[in-house]
Parts: sequence; C-alpha cells; structure tokens
Amino acid sequence: MSSVLMVGVDCSECGERAIEYAIEQARDSNARMFIAHIIEWSQFSFSTVEENATRHKRREEELQRAYEDVINPIVERIKSEGIEVTGIVRHGHVADTINALAQENGVTNIILGRQGDSKLKAHVFGSVGSRLVQVADCAVTVVP
Amino acid sequence: MFKLRVGITTLLTLLASFSVFADIGVDEKINLAIKPFADAVAGFVFSSFPVAGVDIPFVLVWLIVAAIVFTFYFNFINIRAFKHGFELVRGDYHDPEAAGEVTHFQALATALSGTVGLGNIAGVAVAVSLGGPGATFWMILAGFLGMSSKFTECTLGVKYRNELPDGTVSGGPMYYLTKGLAEKGIGFARLGKVLAVLFAIFCVGGSFGGGNMFQANQSFAQLVNVTGGDTSWLADKGWLFGLVVAALVGMVIIGGIKGIARVTSKIVPFMAVTYVIAGLAIILMNVSQVPSAFLAIFNGAFTAEGIGGGVIGVLFQGFKRAAFSNEAGVGSAAIAHAAVQTNRPVTEGFVALYEPFIDTVVVCTITALVIIITGTWDPSVDPGAGVQLTSSAFESAFSWFPIVLTVAVLLFAFSTMISWSYYGLKAWTFLFGENKITDATYKLLFLFFVVVGSSMQLGAVIDFSDAMIFAMAFPNLLGCYFLLPVVKKELDEYWADYKSGNLRKTRIS
Repeated sequence: MSSVLMVGVDCSECGERAIEYAIEQARDSNARMFIAHIIEWSQFSFSTVEENATRHKRREEELQRAYEDVINPIVERIKSEGIEVTGIVRHGHVADTINALAQENGVTNIILGRQGDSKLKAHVFGSVGSRLVQVADCAVTVVP
Repeated sequence: MFKLRVGITTLLTLLASFSVFADIGVDEKINLAIKPFADAVAGFVFSSFPVAGVDIPFVLVWLIVAAIVFTFYFNFINIRAFKHGFELVRGDYHDPEAAGEVTHFQALATALSGTVGLGNIAGVAVAVSLGGPGATFWMILAGFLGMSSKFTECTLGVKYRNELPDGTVSGGPMYYLTKGLAEKGIGFARLGKVLAVLFAIFCVGGSFGGGNMFQANQSFAQLVNVTGGDTSWLADKGWLFGLVVAALVGMVIIGGIKGIARVTSKIVPFMAVTYVIAGLAIILMNVSQVPSAFLAIFNGAFTAEGIGGGVIGVLFQGFKRAAFSNEAGVGSAAIAHAAVQTNRPVTEGFVALYEPFIDTVVVCTITALVIIITGTWDPSVDPGAGVQLTSSAFESAFSWFPIVLTVAVLLFAFSTMISWSYYGLKAWTFLFGENKITDATYKLLFLFFVVVGSSMQLGAVIDFSDAMIFAMAFPNLLGCYFLLPVVKKELDEYWADYKSGNLRKTRIS
C-alpha cells in the first residue's frame, strides 16, 4: 500500500517544519500528499438574519482567500519538488474535520506542526494535535 | 403602494401636529396623535362577525382554518415529521461538502430569536388575564396546528427564494407569491403580484408594529416597573428611552455596526434558556399544584367561568396570543428560514415545525403555568399590565428575577427589532426597489417608530401591532392554499426517499 500524507496547516508561513518533514517523507516513500486548511466553524452557532442571508457569499470569499493566501503557495512549492499534491480547504471543527478528510482520502499519516500553545490556552481551547491523537484513524505525526 | 404613500403623508402630518398639544407631556402628545390612526387600522383588520354573542375577528378564523386545513392536507405533518425534523436540526443529514453554509440549526435558531420574546412573556400574560387559565389550552392547540402552517410557508420560502448575482439569498412570501403563482398561468401570475404587494405593505406595517413598537413599548414598561413603577424617574420619559433604543438600533441597521447584533444573537439564546430554567424551577418548586393548574387550564377552556365572551372569548384570547407569538401563517418566518443551505426545500419545512413547538407549546406554556401556579393571575388585573404580570409571577418565587427578566426583555426586544427591521426592509425594497434612498427612508421610519412605540400606551400599541401582523396572513395564506400541491409534491418525493433510505446520513460533530 502506498502511503498518503496529509499536512494540516494554519497559515502559509506556520507549519514550515511540518511541511519540510512531510516533503522528505513523501520523497522517501513516493507518497501522495494533501495539504488541508480548516476554517473554524460550527454548525450549531447563532447568527443574525442578515448574516445568514450573506453567508453563502462570505463562505465563497473565505474559501477563495484560504486557497490564495494559504494553500496555493504551499501546493506550488511542493509540486515544484515533483510530488503529487492536492490542496483542500474546508469549514468545521479543526481536528474532527482533518480526521474526516483523512478518512475520505485514504490518508495513512496525518502530519501537524506543533502549535506551542501555553498550558492554559491548550487547556481552555484544546489543542488540535492532542485531540487528533485521540480521534484519528491513522498515524499522527506532530513535528516540533 | 398608494396606500403606503398615504400612510407616510399621514405620519408626517401627525408629526407636525405634535406641536399643537404644547401643554402636555411628549409621551401623551405622541399617544394622542397616533391613537386614532392605530384604532382605524385595527378596526379594519379585526372586522368581526358575531358567533354565539361574541364578535370573532375574521382574520383569526382565517388563521385557524388554514392551520387545520394544512394539518389534514399533509396528513398530520406536525406529528409525522417531528422526529425527522429533529434529526435534521441535529445535523444527521448534513453534507460535509456544504460545511460553512447556513445549517438547519442556524436557520431555526435565527428564526426563533425573531419570534421568541415578548409574545411569550407579555402576550401570554395578556391572554391569561383576559381569557383566564383556559386560554392556555387554546394557545397550545393553536401552537400544534400552527406547526403545519409554518411547515408550508417555510418550504415555499426556500423553494422560491432568490439567489442574487452577488451571492446573497433572499426569500419569503413576496417571492413565492409572485414566482409560485406565476407557474400556474397568466391569471394566477397577476393575482400573485397583487398578493405579494399586499403582503409587502402589511409586512412593512408589521415591522413597525409588532416587530418594533410593541417591543419598545413593553421593554420600556418593564424598565419603569423595576426602577420603581409610577414613582420611577423614567415613568414619563418613554420618548427618552425610545431615543436611546433608536440610537442603538440605528447603529446596527444604519451604522453597520454588526458587532452589536452579533453579540445580541449569541446572548439571546442563553437568556431564553435562563428564562425556561427559571420557569421550570418555579413549576418544580410548586409541583403539587401542577395537577390543579392543568385542571384549571382544561376546565377554563370549556367552561370559561366569569370570562367575557364565554368559551368563544377564551378561545379567541388563546388563539390570538399564540398566533402573535409564533407568527405561524403570518409569513415572516419564511423570510428568516429561506437562507438555509439545502437542495430539498421541504427539509426546512420539517425544521420549521420546531418553531411554533418551542415558542408556543413549550415556552408559552411555561409562562402560563408560572402565572397560574403563583396565583399572580387575577381577572381584575389591568389587562394592559402585560409583561409586569409575568414579572411579578416570577418575582413571587425569586425576588431578584425582575432584574434578570428586564435584561432578557430588553435583549429579546432588541433582537426581535433587528430581525423585523430586516423583514420590513426586504418587503420595502420589494415595493420600492433596492437603492440607497429607499433603504435609508425605511430605516429612518423604523427608528421613528421605536420612539413612537416607547411613548404610547400598551392598549393602542397592541391593537395596531396585532392588526398589522395579522393582516400579513391574508395574502400569505391565500397564496399558500394555491401552492399546496407544490409543497405536497416536494413532500411526497422527499418522504419516499427518506422512507426507502435513499438519503445520505452523515453524522458530523
């Protein structure tokens, strides 16, 4: 079975080491890659009538911005290394959505950069990495 | 449209005439100036005919008959789709590809924050004081039947919504009346246009009345109540309160300070939950009285001792306040529900079933039980007491509750105003076209009515608000009758898929 890697990224500059690491892995094992960016969103949030009416439009804008600012620069760079790569942007709870995307695409290894959140912040908001380690159906690599 | 122009001219004349009464307070001036106009509108909409010695307004019969017809036509959809509606709200059928769009939960929550509010607090108090405990029975029944009306109008709202080139979504009776009826032929197309224009006119009126003046009026009344009643410094300063609220609403709808509205939309659900928990706590604290309260509700519904108008009078109060609270059949909710992301319009109809259920069957019943159990209900109480009655009912159990209730009332009123300003604006631009001038005109008028509503006495405000909101039901439901087969077709196709398991179930968290 050939390996499929998925790297979760927050922005185009952060997660630099995770991407470097993933590129190395992909070269070694001739793996395919996915770059995923998740826009934090909940289907159970509260909004005003006007927000709802313009939601579709704003979603399109959010997706476009995410592709242009975050995903595309990274995808271009990995492609130039000769690795097969697909960029994905989706709305949702970050860890759960990355896991769902990994399942959908037969990913064998999820790779994340460590966020370095303080103890307090991780405690209050939870950390994507530790949550993924608990729920993921494949291996999770956290790159320091 | 002519009517509306006359209305605006009248208003301006009235404004000018304020100066005539120079020797009385500003509040009184506004009240005197608007009252004859409000009375005339109410008199027209509530044209009634006598049944068993009681004058029954035609519009109420119109609402109830439609709710009954829809319930039977869709084979008790309010019960049949109750479970599936919940699954949809919970996100069981959520398409992960559509993450980030408006979900069923969000559409329902938004619509609810436009309806849950003063109708549940003040309206129920009015119903119980005028109609006795028995009014609660008819209110609950009206809530159940109203679910079918909501189902119909919200399905249509989604089916015939407009997706504008700039990506925004706009739906509601204006669109299904024009587009839906146009599908049935030339004659219907003409009828549809007339109905849509009528609806839009009434909707603008409703946005000034129940969606605005009533809210401003009742929140001011509660504020005066907690700050010392008649002795309060605020007691005769309704206009001042109105100006402050108008400034806040203006910041949102004109100033574009969306943050205020966004924060409100997040606090309101918690206030609603707090209200429900407090109500349930009072009911549990007096659990031994619950059976006798239900007995009073049931007996009162059919015997109506000492109530003006007998059983018919009680029924009238219950149905009227239920309709005012959940707005089923009025068409306003169809505007709020239309933004949902779905390619099966009927799914939003199932979800909309929960609106009258939560609003009337759950929240209104809790208010009524609290009022009955605490014995705050007193037939001799001033029928205009509205929210104060509910406030003292809660106060008898939790002395600090009036403060919480005041905050809740202010927030409910504010969020309802923001929602209705949107409904009204959509109707207004449907009539006059979308441009900066029409937009600004509507918003300024809306703010003007905030001040007017705060200054008037409850009786006149309730009459006018009721009249305008109920008037919307005439064109809306007439159109719905013609469009029933369209909804039926959508429903049958979807239900077959649902029953045969053809729908993709994707629980996401």
